[in-house]
Amino acid sequence: MTAFFRVAWLIFRKDLAVEARSWELVSTTVFFSVACLLVFTIALINEGQAVGDVAAGILWVAIAFSGTLALGRTFERERQTDTLRALMLAPADRPALYVGKLLGILFLMLLTEVILVPLVALFFQAPIVDWPLHLAALLLAGTLGYAAVGTLFAAMLVRARSRDVMLPILLYPITVPVIIAGVRGTAALFQETPDAALAQFWLALLVFFDVVFVTLALWTFEPVMTE
Amino acid sequence: MRKYTHILLGAALLVFALAPVLIHRAPYESTMGLVQKIFYFHLPGALMMLFIALFAGVMSGIFLFTKKPWADHYALAAAEQVVLFGAMTLVTGPLWARKAWGVWWEWDARLTSSLLLWMIFIAYLLLRRFGGPGSDKLGAGMALFALANVPFIYVSVNYWRTLHPKTTVVPNLVPPMAGPMWWAFAGFVLMSLVLFALRVQQEEQRARVEALYLAADEG
Amino acid sequence: MRIIRTVTLALSLCLALPALVGASQPPPPQPAQEEFVPLDQLPPEAELPAAPMVIAAYVFVWAAFVVYIFSIAKRLKRLETDLRTLEQGRRG
Repeated sequence: MTAFFRVAWLIFRKDLAVEARSWELVSTTVFFSVACLLVFTIALINEGQAVGDVAAGILWVAIAFSGTLALGRTFERERQTDTLRALMLAPADRPALYVGKLLGILFLMLLTEVILVPLVALFFQAPIVDWPLHLAALLLAGTLGYAAVGTLFAAMLVRARSRDVMLPILLYPITVPVIIAGVRGTAALFQETPDAALAQFWLALLVFFDVVFVTLALWTFEPVMTE
Repeated sequence: MRKYTHILLGAALLVFALAPVLIHRAPYESTMGLVQKIFYFHLPGALMMLFIALFAGVMSGIFLFTKKPWADHYALAAAEQVVLFGAMTLVTGPLWARKAWGVWWEWDARLTSSLLLWMIFIAYLLLRRFGGPGSDKLGAGMALFALANVPFIYVSVNYWRTLHPKTTVVPNLVPPMAGPMWWAFAGFVLMSLVLFALRVQQEEQRARVEALYLAADEG
Repeated sequence: MRIIRTVTLALSLCLALPALVGASQPPPPQPAQEEFVPLDQLPPEAELPAAPMVIAAYVFVWAAFVVYIFSIAKRLKRLETDLRTLEQGRRG
């Protein structure tokens, strides 16, 4: 059991070490997410006023789009150096590989959200400090669900044709329930009178999704990745 | 075509030929009148979409874990039928809704989930078509995630307030309405079996042709 | 190929029946519009006619079946000619 987590942690640390040399993925992904946020804000704000629950929606769309980029480029890096095949040849539990990559993607996406959330609060006067724990839990659960499916699909598609466009095509329909739950939960917290109970309901649903998706991904990673 | 396919096809056509007569004779529903008669094709289409999606998911699981080629053929044929019946459901539904509710579409739980399921299987077909070699396994992995989505579709209408008729409508159908509904459903099932048999046969031929091409290349 | 023709003919005949059904309930005559009338005060005949919706729904369902059968049949034929050519090439 501990070997499993040790392998996953090693892979995560390896990815972190590689990233720390240039910070290329972090800086470009964060900047892209902010640019995304700006474009949507400009598109949807009329005379300085946001329309309805737009803040929550824009936040999660920016997370989803930058997440897609992060996934694609993380695995593109693996593909170019052919390290994924080397990892698969190593005598390690395949699901542990998956968890290791998942931790890396999760770290990248959460880092992006640390930048995005204060910006959303700034642009939309969203009350992020009223229910910080609920908000953090929603973001964590939603990001985990999205990243769990995304890591599996991105790894699957590493050697496929048209993989750049295939990832969003496959990923978005399957993770829409996660996005819906994330947006509705966040919107409940950003309302005039925040509804923490409603946010908790959506959080529970997100946790349920996470359990199902992560379990399924752990189960299917090995058969899908082997030749 | 194999002999049993002929028989099934004959039966399917017979059922469909008689269906409009039965539907015409069924009583009008009190609040919706004539347009409710779309129900007799809309519901069987929706049921087929759900059941076949489940079947496709199960076949994908079998293929992924046992690598049996027939499971992959079945999964692909089933996925095409999900898109077919899904298209029928998503077109007949709004036609009914426009008259009964006044709007073509509504973003409630069941409609959204059904649209999503349909799009997931379109994505599956795109992957199989354009993903290159190895996409049969990738598709199988993806279809398993689609399978996880299916129960959620059925349960969702009972947890959220929605315009869509509840699932209790079907068991409570009066006999004059239940008859045509199950008759039309039988027609859909028979048609589905025929299409499935044809499509699987086509997949097997395609696999045989590919194998022969490979052998010809090497020989 | 004959099977496909038979299927299409039969399906088209099945299509004729609901058309007759729909025709037996002609759309109601539209009253001349002299003023704007709110929707819930409209007399029942002036509401959205249901017959076109019902007919369109059934037509779409049958068209979808026919199109799908045709596409399978086309690909099946092409595969069978491929198979025959390959097997002849192998024997020859």
